[in-house]
Amino acid sequence: MTEELNPKFSFETLVVGAANRLAVTAARTVAESPGAAYNPLFVYSPTGLGKTHLLMAIGQLAKQLAPESRVEYITIDEFVEAHHAAVAAGQSEALRSRYAQIDILLVDDVQFLTHRREMQAELLRIVQELQTAGKQVVLTSDSPPSEIEDLDERLLSRFDAGLLVDIGPPDAETRLAILMRRTEDRGAQFGEGVLDAVARFEVPNVRELLGLLNKLVAYQAVSESPITPAAAHELLAGEVRTQAPMTTGPAPALTAMGEPVAEPEEERPDEFADFLSDVAHTVEEQVEAWRSKLGEAITRWEAEGFRTGRLERLLDQDVPVSLDRVLKQFEKDVEQLRSMQATMAKLDPERAEDPVFNDPDSLDEVDHLVQTVLHEVGPPPGPSAAWELASFVDGEANKVAHNSAQEVVTQPGVRYNPLVLAGPTGVGKTHLLHAIGHELAARPEAVVACLSAQQLIDELVQAIDGERIDLWRTRYRRATAFLLDDAHLLAGKERTQEEVFHLFNELFDAQRQLVFTTAKAPREVEGLDERLVSRLEGGLVVNMESPDRELRRAIVVRKLQEDVGAADDELADYLAARPADSIRSVIGLLQRVMVAADAQGAAPSAALAREMVEGAAPARPRVSAPVRTSGIMISPSGGVKSREKMVWFWPDPAQRVIEEMT
Amino acid sequence: MSLVNFTTREITCKIVYYGPGRSGKTTNLQYIYGRVPDDRRGRMVSLATQTDRTLFFDFLPLELGSISGFTTRFQLYTVPGQVYYNATRKLVLQGADGVVFVADSQARQLEENVESLQNLQENLLAQGADARGMPLVLQYNKQDLPQDLVLSPKELDDALNFWSVPSFSAAALAGTGVFETLKAASEQVLRKLSQEEPV
Repeated sequence: MTEELNPKFSFETLVVGAANRLAVTAARTVAESPGAAYNPLFVYSPTGLGKTHLLMAIGQLAKQLAPESRVEYITIDEFVEAHHAAVAAGQSEALRSRYAQIDILLVDDVQFLTHRREMQAELLRIVQELQTAGKQVVLTSDSPPSEIEDLDERLLSRFDAGLLVDIGPPDAETRLAILMRRTEDRGAQFGEGVLDAVARFEVPNVRELLGLLNKLVAYQAVSESPITPAAAHELLAGEVRTQAPMTTGPAPALTAMGEPVAEPEEERPDEFADFLSDVAHTVEEQVEAWRSKLGEAITRWEAEGFRTGRLERLLDQDVPVSLDRVLKQFEKDVEQLRSMQATMAKLDPERAEDPVFNDPDSLDEVDHLVQTVLHEVGPPPGPSAAWELASFVDGEANKVAHNSAQEVVTQPGVRYNPLVLAGPTGVGKTHLLHAIGHELAARPEAVVACLSAQQLIDELVQAIDGERIDLWRTRYRRATAFLLDDAHLLAGKERTQEEVFHLFNELFDAQRQLVFTTAKAPREVEGLDERLVSRLEGGLVVNMESPDRELRRAIVVRKLQEDVGAADDELADYLAARPADSIRSVIGLLQRVMVAADAQGAAPSAALAREMVEGAAPARPRVSAPVRTSGIMISPSGGVKSREKMVWFWPDPAQRVIEEMT
Repeated sequence: MSLVNFTTREITCKIVYYGPGRSGKTTNLQYIYGRVPDDRRGRMVSLATQTDRTLFFDFLPLELGSISGFTTRFQLYTVPGQVYYNATRKLVLQGADGVVFVADSQARQLEENVESLQNLQENLLAQGADARGMPLVLQYNKQDLPQDLVLSPKELDDALNFWSVPSFSAAALAGTGVFETLKAASEQVLRKLSQEEPV
């Protein structure tokens, strides 16, 4: 950002005269004890009188005295340029912090700040900061601060608070001294009186004086005889500008009587311009904050290994965007990437290493990849096709359940969620559950998980054992409907309950249908976690009761029609009249009658049923054993006709197996 | 109302001067109007009764030009201070980005100040805004009146500034403190720029 200090411009090479003695003394003091004496030091003079020389001399001396100190020389043009470059690169904070580390800041040509309110505010900020930190600031300008047009009041007052010194044009003696010094530096020699003659020209500044010397040197180099004072005067007279008496700085105007002229009415400070500068400064800060925030975000995400092309493109554009929204979206996309990567890691760790998982702009591609692999993993267990909603026989005892099931099928996830079917064993809960699952599975893109709690527990144990619990979860979380049979079996299985709880929440939040069957209302099931109970009770809990006579009859009729082709009214009446606590026992009895009839080569009839039932020992009410039950059949003749073990729960409960015991 | 529009690169700030009747809200705006170069100010709309009381509201649009690439506009409003114009106050307050509460420093006006401040809070709440979240500065105007008539800024701070927001002494007729107040309010409003995202 800065020019190197020119070693030629030191205090040693500076010719001190009356016109610049104060400025040079102040400059030396500042160089010897930066920040302590005059801060800021403001030197002004018309051009060519050694301001830049003085600045560089301060820098050199300070460096000599304290080599580790950081000295920066900068012109206002460079300052503006550096600022704009930093803004464009989104590095303005970095630039500011760089300035903040400087020990001595030397700013040349402050007059060029005129009409640059933003830059004035920026300079003010830097000067303030350095001053507060006890660092030295030296500035130069071609006019006193009060004459710089449109300069911020705050800058003015700050400059005024330091030391303001001017450098006047050199007097004749100083001019001569300068000429002699420079002649010596150049190794040139002039006859006596020649430099005197040159020094008599009242040139407005040192630069022009040295111009005269240059001309003289050049002229002498080509002339055969040494130049005379008269010749020198003649040679240079045409070169010297007619010059008004050289004064600098605002000398108080005097009237002919030597009294100060009445000052014009005091110009009120431009309050609006101040206000504007203030607003500009604030706005700029806020807008710049945008770029640095974006820069930070890019660095952060890059450090985490994500591609940030989307954000980098924003840096290049001039128009600030709604940054928070962009960053939030980016973060959201990154989260999604991470989540999908985690999923993929469980499914296929190798493919999870694909670099596409680090590119938030490739979300679609990543999603497709994960879905493909998920598809390969396979769906969760689905409902059995054996049970259809159409074959469900309803009556008073299960009418509400049947209706609710139909509602659920029509509007899954909306009407009753979760639907809990509670009731003793054998009343048709499982039938209804699978029937619902079957219907839901027919929907497009449906993934229906339908299984018994025991199966879920077993699967979970296996998943834990194989350390594939995440995969197990992923599998169920894909489900568009989750149907769990015999949820009361979860009692006491804390880990499974935990998983079901989270699964429940996730699916419920996504408005997916949940259906459970339990032996009792959830609140009555001991060992079921309260949070699960409250969630189940929060849906619709429907009690399914033991079939009444009418329902029993309807079931028998339906079964006979299905199996035999026609229903025997008398048989139906007889069987419906038998007390039964479940549909299963009604069908069980009917089935035994049919088997016996089949064995006798006759059609099932009421008489046969009566002979089987009444001729035998009074049937014990069937115990609602959850897994299996046995019955011993006694023939009417008193002998043991057969001993059968009825197995009700088999992998597919639709098939009942009758096992002959020997 | 969108404070910052990144698409059209515009910043629009609505600052409402609130306070009891005759506290000097319009005077504040008139002073500002007088200091703004012609090309920066819109026409100041002032609807006053014959007795110079603000009947509806004053509106002073300021064009601040392009700042960091944003066309920046300030809109300064005053509300009528009289108690019975609450409907107008509510209307003017709608969509305000910042509020300057101009209090009358005279001791006998303290109650009016308190009432007006409560009214401001109620009206803000009714709009779903909270005085705490709204950029707000207090101005204790008429400090140029004889000392025995006015309360000191410290006393006024104790009585009115329960949100500990910036407060300024002012004599709006002479312009003292007017721009300081406006600057503080603007700065607060603009600082919210980076926190609030445009719609």
